[in-house]
Amino acid sequence: MRRAEPVMGTVVSFDVPAQAAADGALDDAIRWLHWVDRVFSPYRPDSDVSLLAAAEITVDGCADEVAEVIRACAALRLFSGGYFSAAPDGVFDPSGYVKGWAVERCAEILSRAGSVSHLVNGGGDIQCAGGRPGSGEPWRVGIADPRRRGRLALVVEAADSAVATSGVAERGAHVIDPFSGRPASGLASVTVVGRSLALADAFATAAFAMGPSLARDWTESLDGYEAYAIMPDGDTWQTGGFASRIAVA
Amino acid sequence: MRRVLAAVVVTVAGLVALLSFRTHDNSSERTVASPLQLPPLSPGEHAVTGRAVITVYGPVQVRLVERSRKIVAVNIVQHPAETAMDIQIGQYAFPRLVGETLTAQSARIDSVSGATYTSGGYIQSLQSALDSGA
Repeated sequence: MRRAEPVMGTVVSFDVPAQAAADGALDDAIRWLHWVDRVFSPYRPDSDVSLLAAAEITVDGCADEVAEVIRACAALRLFSGGYFSAAPDGVFDPSGYVKGWAVERCAEILSRAGSVSHLVNGGGDIQCAGGRPGSGEPWRVGIADPRRRGRLALVVEAADSAVATSGVAERGAHVIDPFSGRPASGLASVTVVGRSLALADAFATAAFAMGPSLARDWTESLDGYEAYAIMPDGDTWQTGGFASRIAVA
Repeated sequence: MRRVLAAVVVTVAGLVALLSFRTHDNSSERTVASPLQLPPLSPGEHAVTGRAVITVYGPVQVRLVERSRKIVAVNIVQHPAETAMDIQIGQYAFPRLVGETLTAQSARIDSVSGATYTSGGYIQSLQSALDSGA
């Protein structure tokens, strides 16, 4: 069954077994997202993240997950040569990591409750568990064409995988290149496919900030993660292993 | 069925346009089309196989699978597969066109990945159509 929940400034869509809705696992997963929103939203003046950014509290005064996210962001910043940042505008804002991480955790909540087949889509970033209900075939995920609203560029197969896309299509230019301080604009979108949505989302954000030439080499180097990019003029490129992820029929 | 056939024509025209786009390095030797193993049809599905279209790279043939008057799959029956250029076409361009055809029907896709939409943007998104069972 499907459910769409407005939260975190977007809509999180669920495709879960009826059992997950009946036994409360879906409600638990949705409660988790609202909790994350309350703690991590930079738009809520009373969130831990807002209070931390304003230096009104320290990390010790925050939920344990805040320290977990800060550590992950620091690691990703190093790993991406500085292109992934939890302070892209100079103010602490881990939003670039939190959504993917929260949606992946959401899928884990459903798995722990016994579901072996579900898909959670957090505003365009997707974590799949197992394959499609019944057949077990891989989930089929369309990648939006950033140049033509409502159309897909291609379809990937995602069994037990995450699919994350960074781009300019929906919110305008919103990924900041931390080195220039300006919105990144060299790519129309970049999609990363791999096991973990927290990582795939962060990799996509970093690659988008890098721009096409750096991003191509960097994503090629990522073990277990494949990338597909669409340029502003419609040209595309992809990493070596991406073709095996494309759904043919 | 007429709409389905129109889709075949559009798809094949797209393939031809794409395949004709670049000149071939090795145009004196024509590649031989490789017949592909097609997935069997499920009960209730009907297939329409288009005629093979000869392109500069060799023959291209497409099969559409229909169920309850919706296109549920597009199979490539044969496509050129000998040169490096052809491999690139096989791996990239064919699936791309297949994806576009499926989009038009919103069929067989479970979810859509794209740049983050706002709550307002969601209403107009493909994901919203999928969630509402459209």
